[in-house]
Amino acid sequence: MTIGVNTSTLSPLSTDARGPSPLLEWLARRAEPLAISLGAILAGLALFSLFILVVGKSPADLFRLMYTGGFGSWFSIQNSLSRAAPLLLTALCVALPARLGLVVIGGEGAVVLGGVAAAAIALPLTASVPPIVVVPLMAFAGMIAGGIWIGLAGVLRHYRGVNETIASLLLAYIAIALMNHLIEGPLRDPASLNKPSTAPLPAEYMLGNIPGMDVNWGLVIGIGACMIAWVLIEATSFGFAARIAGGNVRAAQIQGLPVGRLIVGFTALAGSFAGLAGMVEVAAVQGSANASLVAGYGYTGILVAFLARHNPLAIIPVAILLGGIDASGGLIQRRMGLPDATVLVLQGTLFVVILLCETLYGRFRIFNPDLWKMPTLKARTA
Amino acid sequence: MEDTGIGLWGVPLAIFAGAIRVSTPFIFVSLGESITERSGRINLGLEGTLVFGAMAAYAIAVMSNSPWLGVLAAMATGAVFGLVHGWICKFPRVNDIAIGIAMMQFGLGLAFFLGKPFIQPVAPHLPSIPLGGWSDLPQIQSALNINVLFILGALLSMVFWWAFKNTRVGLILRVVGDSSDAARAMGLNPDTVRLLATAVGGSLAAVGGAYLTLFYPGSWNEGISSGQGLMAVALVIFARWNPIGCFLAALLFGGAGALGPALQSVGVTQGYYLFYAAPYVLTLAILVATSSPTRSLAGAPGALSITK
Repeated sequence: MTIGVNTSTLSPLSTDARGPSPLLEWLARRAEPLAISLGAILAGLALFSLFILVVGKSPADLFRLMYTGGFGSWFSIQNSLSRAAPLLLTALCVALPARLGLVVIGGEGAVVLGGVAAAAIALPLTASVPPIVVVPLMAFAGMIAGGIWIGLAGVLRHYRGVNETIASLLLAYIAIALMNHLIEGPLRDPASLNKPSTAPLPAEYMLGNIPGMDVNWGLVIGIGACMIAWVLIEATSFGFAARIAGGNVRAAQIQGLPVGRLIVGFTALAGSFAGLAGMVEVAAVQGSANASLVAGYGYTGILVAFLARHNPLAIIPVAILLGGIDASGGLIQRRMGLPDATVLVLQGTLFVVILLCETLYGRFRIFNPDLWKMPTLKARTA
Repeated sequence: MEDTGIGLWGVPLAIFAGAIRVSTPFIFVSLGESITERSGRINLGLEGTLVFGAMAAYAIAVMSNSPWLGVLAAMATGAVFGLVHGWICKFPRVNDIAIGIAMMQFGLGLAFFLGKPFIQPVAPHLPSIPLGGWSDLPQIQSALNINVLFILGALLSMVFWWAFKNTRVGLILRVVGDSSDAARAMGLNPDTVRLLATAVGGSLAAVGGAYLTLFYPGSWNEGISSGQGLMAVALVIFARWNPIGCFLAALLFGGAGALGPALQSVGVTQGYYLFYAAPYVLTLAILVATSSPTRSLAGAPGALSITK
């Protein structure tokens, strides 16, 4: 019954009496999120395969097509990257407030208003101001509009105690009504008959494609934004304070951290990223602000952020993966006769399983070097 | 305008009729959410449950030619969605709000996937009760043509209000919702109570969906819901977790939503699209007016994460 003497109870990973090497410990700690996430994705794919089997199709064919449609050729890779671009920005709209413990789900509203603001500021300047001024101005307008919208949810949260999840959701609906009012009324181009839109942006104000690719500059903007957000959270005192406040608000307040300013700043910044997604959508894809802005990017962004565990760098691969799944939808529909909603089922399954696997954190000794030297429960009771 | 026969009276009448028509799904989904939240858990996935219920109700009604069988099928699927949500949430470190969003995406995807073959066929509708027979005016007659589910929802809200206060089940629900520890001390298992409360909440939300496909607008397509399930959480807070409050909040929400079309019908078209925002602005305004950063909302279940 003596604890910790029997060497057979030691973890095989520990090399000598002084314990395992720091490198091994570091690796073990880093491996936990990766291993659990990968395990969860595999479990989700297995569950989804079961569903596909039940509806009488071959999961193997489906995954092969999914790979072909998402990443099988240069064409499909470019398609996937184009679809990933807005998700990078809308995922940040969820991930940044999440570091403060806030759940913001109204990114859609910021996308919509960002797009409208970008169009509204550029159109009166047509033909009189050079693109070098107007394009950054559009980006700025989109960011301001989105920032105000989600920042408002942060203000209401901190100063009025209104739940930010509900407030941002209500604000998203209000934003969509506001957009409809503007594109059907004051900003409407009389020439847009069937689909109410603002007047089209002149070609010189459009963002265009990355040289050598059929992907617009939104991808670069999105990846850049993720990197900036990562530096902000991991390497600045502002981000450090936010992580403290996210862990324990009372402790942060007692330490004298400006929790109110952090909440408003993070939500506003998050919203400005989503607003930028709206600007890109207008200036690189649609060419005018119209109802196509309500495309669900805000809601898919929630999924991306949660899958990436609110880590801005992890958002990049996750968004590209989801962009690829999205891009393969058409191919699956044509070749296998499955509905286009198949990719939605896959996304939903993955989302649920990955969140369920959050419960596995801290349950495996192998990822926790502090436990390596302790005897297992089984050894202790033996 | 004179040829309508009732002139400007058409506006309140249209709002009244619109409120009843629009509010019915909100009544069911918010009653369902109020039960779940009273047990101390939030189900943000009711949008997915509602849309799946809408699809299931329509599909079964098409196949069996009975709208009521459709409603029952919707309730069954809603309960399953609730059980899955409730089961997942009992694990430690699982966030009920995030799971709700995930279940919403899953439910929407599954409903669109399985609902594809039912976009074309026509299902039988749920009946409505003509209460306007005393009037000669067709406008009044049509406005008082009240659907059965609305009446059912009104009765249900009163039954729930009474049951929360006066029955053993109501007491159990409130204890679990206010304090998991107190519930355990009473020998209750909070996880089980919450599991069942989420299942009941899900099946009620699915009835709201069944109303959409089997009464108004009365067909199945992928844009059938305009966020009724998502709004449930806001409405329940708005209603202070009181079932009769849920009924009134849904009615008010429906009436605010009917404001734009009603004004348009008498020729007021200025800001038509802005009126679509009216119910959301109203809800947000009331939330802002009644919340406070220093105390939790009056009437809020103590174990509820969203009000802390």
